Amino acid sequence: MLGRIMALYVQRFPFFLELMGQHIVITLICVLIITVAGLGLGIVMTKHVFLAAIVLRLTSFLYTIPSIALFGILVSISGIGLKSAVIAIVLYGLLPMVRNTYTGLKEVSPDVLEAAVGMGTTAWQLLWNIRLPLALPIIFSGFRTMVVMTIALGGIASFIGAGGLGRAIWRGISTNFPEMTIAGSLLIALFAIITDLILEVLEKGVRKRYLGEEESHA
Amino acid sequence: MGYAIEFEHISKSYTPEEVVLSDINLAIEEGELVVLLGQSGCGKTTLLKLVNKLLDFDTGYLRIHGKKLSDYNIEELRRSIGYAIQQVGLFPHMRVWENISYVLKLQGVDAEQRRERASQLVELVDLKQELLMRYPRQLSGGQKQRVGVARALAANPSIILMDEPFGAVDEQTRTQLQDQLKNIHRKLGQTILFVTHDIHEAFRLGTRIVLIHDGRIVQDGTAEDLVFRPQHPFVRSFLGKKGFSALFDEAVLAALYPLVLQGELDMQGCLALLGQKRARIETTLA
Repeated sequence: MLGRIMALYVQRFPFFLELMGQHIVITLICVLIITVAGLGLGIVMTKHVFLAAIVLRLTSFLYTIPSIALFGILVSISGIGLKSAVIAIVLYGLLPMVRNTYTGLKEVSPDVLEAAVGMGTTAWQLLWNIRLPLALPIIFSGFRTMVVMTIALGGIASFIGAGGLGRAIWRGISTNFPEMTIAGSLLIALFAIITDLILEVLEKGVRKRYLGEEESHA
Repeated sequence: MGYAIEFEHISKSYTPEEVVLSDINLAIEEGELVVLLGQSGCGKTTLLKLVNKLLDFDTGYLRIHGKKLSDYNIEELRRSIGYAIQQVGLFPHMRVWENISYVLKLQGVDAEQRRERASQLVELVDLKQELLMRYPRQLSGGQKQRVGVARALAANPSIILMDEPFGAVDEQTRTQLQDQLKNIHRKLGQTILFVTHDIHEAFRLGTRIVLIHDGRIVQDGTAEDLVFRPQHPFVRSFLGKKGFSALFDEAVLAALYPLVLQGELDMQGCLALLGQKRARIETTLA
């Protein structure tokens, strides 16, 4: 079986390459949108307690909708194709990003904030120089979860015509060609695992820099 | 010389029942080191935080260098006032030198000069140069508090506010830090407003002690005034609670007072005696 899958990769190399490219593009678009929206929402939420409660409730609720159902609903609203796929993935990815940004910013020690404000830090400087850097380890761990999730969901997005590696899976299923299905799945898994490993290394660096983990104490 | 800080009829309350400060009048001259002394919850920290506008007051006037607080740009004012707190509040993601020179960064001073200033300041607070590159988590409690003091001094502020800045260290380190602060004050001559609940600390540091109780100033004077000329029943009971039970013994006070007046006994020695039993005091005096 594995041999036949390998042969398939060699034989249909341009096809897989194209799908991989599409998958990367979908992932990048979604990650970009989620990061900007998640950071923004998380920051605004620390200023408005009421809004924070609503957004957290809403994103948690969205998270509980099965992805297939959400894709189905979106197809009836925004049609088949990339647009619906991106909207669905963004809705899912917002939760870890928003929650971690909000928690990270909230958890900065009040003593640190008091010292900073007392020394003449403006609201923007406080956010940029103190709160965001100190929240970064937590924000980054949310980012990592979100990226891996986006890659995995990208596989399902192909079912509503968004392109990407899910197309190989879809083709395998519809033509009763299991090697094709497994070949597509393996590539998605590989893409997710490698990305996760890279992010893990980066996350360790961030934690070490801002939390001082794995560093000897003097 | 003019006044660095003037509180005039300052009052503050959260609700009509919950009065934090009532009719505070206090004028602090340029270059004075004044200790605000009192139990926790008496309003001393609140009073301190009015100066750098971390808290607001309801009625009255607060002038800094003769100018009304409301006439200042708040961020610029805060940058010109040193601020050190008990929990220190060092920035965990910045190295010691970045922490010390943080206000200078806000003022737009370049990195080269900031490094240099940080290096001078660690010297001043008796820390080693190699600590400059460390992160706060790599420092001991005493070192953190020294860095906190250095940070408060960084921008050469004319006024420094200190809220129990030596609270979280052992007795020995605290004494060292207090002596050092006195030295720094003698050398640089800033106006220092120092909050503490520790009467020993107050007596060691301040020539002028302002005792606060229930949001009011109950006495404003020297250590001698507090011990020998208490102006309010609370003064004696506050000192008594802090272990100076001999204060309630008029005979002992009468015997000690001339010695202090003649300069044969300083206030530290006097307090050491007051903390002991009457019999011990009598033998020492005899």
